[in-house]
Amino acid sequence: MYKYDEYDQQMVDARVAEFSDQVRRRLAGEITEDQFKPLRLMNGLYLQLHAYMLRVAVPYGTLDSRQMRMLAHIARKYDRDYGHFTTRQNLQYNWIKLEDAPAILADLASVEMHAIQTSGNCIRNISSDQWAGAAADELTDPRPWAELLRQWSSFHPEFSYLPRKFKIAVIAAEEDRAAMRLHDIGIQIVERDGVHGAAFYVGGGMGRTPMVAPLIKDFVPLEDMLSYAEACLRVYNRYGRRDNIYKARIKILIHELGAEEYARQVEEEYAHVKSLGIDPPRAEFDRIAAQFAPPALDASAPDAIDRSDPDFAVWVDQNVAAHKVPGHAIVNISLKPVGGIPGDASSAQIDLMADLAETYSHDELRVTHAQNIVLPHVRKADLYALWQKLDEAGLATPNLDLISDIIACPGLDYCSLANARSIPVAQKIASRFADLGRQRELGELKLKISGCINACGHHHAGHIGILGVDRKGTENYQLLLGGSGAEDVSLGTITGPGFDEDGVVDAIERVTDTYLAQRTEGERFVDTFRRIGMAPFKEAIYG
Amino acid sequence: MKLLTGNDLKTGFVTWWTGADWSLHIEDAADVGEAGDAIAAAEEGARRVNAPYIIAGEQTADGPRPAHIKDRIRALGPTVRPDLTLKPADPAAGDWVI
Repeated sequence: MYKYDEYDQQMVDARVAEFSDQVRRRLAGEITEDQFKPLRLMNGLYLQLHAYMLRVAVPYGTLDSRQMRMLAHIARKYDRDYGHFTTRQNLQYNWIKLEDAPAILADLASVEMHAIQTSGNCIRNISSDQWAGAAADELTDPRPWAELLRQWSSFHPEFSYLPRKFKIAVIAAEEDRAAMRLHDIGIQIVERDGVHGAAFYVGGGMGRTPMVAPLIKDFVPLEDMLSYAEACLRVYNRYGRRDNIYKARIKILIHELGAEEYARQVEEEYAHVKSLGIDPPRAEFDRIAAQFAPPALDASAPDAIDRSDPDFAVWVDQNVAAHKVPGHAIVNISLKPVGGIPGDASSAQIDLMADLAETYSHDELRVTHAQNIVLPHVRKADLYALWQKLDEAGLATPNLDLISDIIACPGLDYCSLANARSIPVAQKIASRFADLGRQRELGELKLKISGCINACGHHHAGHIGILGVDRKGTENYQLLLGGSGAEDVSLGTITGPGFDEDGVVDAIERVTDTYLAQRTEGERFVDTFRRIGMAPFKEAIYG
Repeated sequence: MKLLTGNDLKTGFVTWWTGADWSLHIEDAADVGEAGDAIAAAEEGARRVNAPYIIAGEQTADGPRPAHIKDRIRALGPTVRPDLTLKPADPAAGDWVI
């Protein structure tokens, strides 16, 4: 994993000192809230429904045990003993006191973490494949490139006041586990004639106007990746709309210009930018990449798994994925127990996951955009012992990618932007489908819930999506079908009139019943939907 | 009735104007009538509250209640974590929120 050099540490420490003084001045009345608000947002500190909320960046979702323990420590000391893992691979605390914020940021800085650029109209935390460096299907580890982008985008003077926030994802596998094409820029590392390059998809996003990013350039030499990204941002920064917040994202600019014209302008800018020497010398990239060297894994470790415990066998089938090194596996820890709150973990659970990562996963953890945790490098021989410890802590729910593995934003229970609650709906759906046999019969079914049009819960990308709206002061839920955030990316379609909280759960049951009645051999829910269309589902829902 | 609410500057906790001070408890909230904007400006200036705003409310037998669901949730706490609300020991405390 990447370790801060003296420049990284100085930057973060300087920001802690600066923000500490800003907080002091705010509490002393030397600056107003109007003056202070943009400053606190630059440090990830929001004011939400019940208190201040602090969003902590987890770069490309990777962290080590020491950092994970610090997250638990902060939850225990300054918050209410839990944290919420988000759909952008970050962590949020919901009950932060302003007067504690400087101490929290100092604690984070002591383990090479921060909350910088987790808000505001800047380049946000770079996201990536949670299985990076471990996945059997990846071309290369995308994280050195994500780290390079992190360094380039941190405090970038030209891109600190963009028309709107900007999100970048980097992957290096055909299977898209990061919703890459639903980002402002999605970068896929690809191979051509034995050489790796970057394919740039630009102008994707969810929110009010969901769009799938078109391919803008199919192959950028990796040594020019930053220059090309710079050119993409420059064209956006120059022409993106600042007069209308709803039309300010890059997806709108590209939609209005057309992908071809946008690409032409980027190409022009790229020709200029390349002369500026933005891309680092190879030695600097090699220095970064060396820190992502794979752990020393014994490829002769036993490959067989003793499946004699049936509960363990189910968990292995559902939550354990293939590792690139024989004898090893990727373990996915579900934070979606039936009746639980998607993405929430107590400080004790966070501490335990840190301990288990240290013992079984070469000190590494990942946060996923689906609000789960990954231990990327586990010996298969250790799986049973690991599972037993997870199970004791309520962390062995075997539901990865099943209907109860629900992405849900905090919704109206916590968020000041929300129009409806997300979490209770997730809990009711998970309870309705609590029977694991039933869930597994349904197979892969990605259900995603947002409490408002901003789509933090990725409802557009759900095989089944739910959008909470305010209908004359009452919560109402629209149902969408057919979305996907994966390599078969698509946007969901609204079924029709919305439902109340119980009604939407009933509607989902009718939808899944229709799927079971109509599917052919090997079809996932979304495959059946794409084959037969909306009509049979609408008929089942509305009669 | 009109209620004045905001968040405590230091803690961020939800507060309600009682007519003379701020309280964490919606039951203490007072009808601010047409004086809400002036009180909000003065209290914000005194750094006792952050982002104050006026909402519609109604008087019930149990005290004032916000009209909109968002402020009813603010008044008590997250509906999904009764242990974190202002009345964690009272399972019926949130019956009026939704």
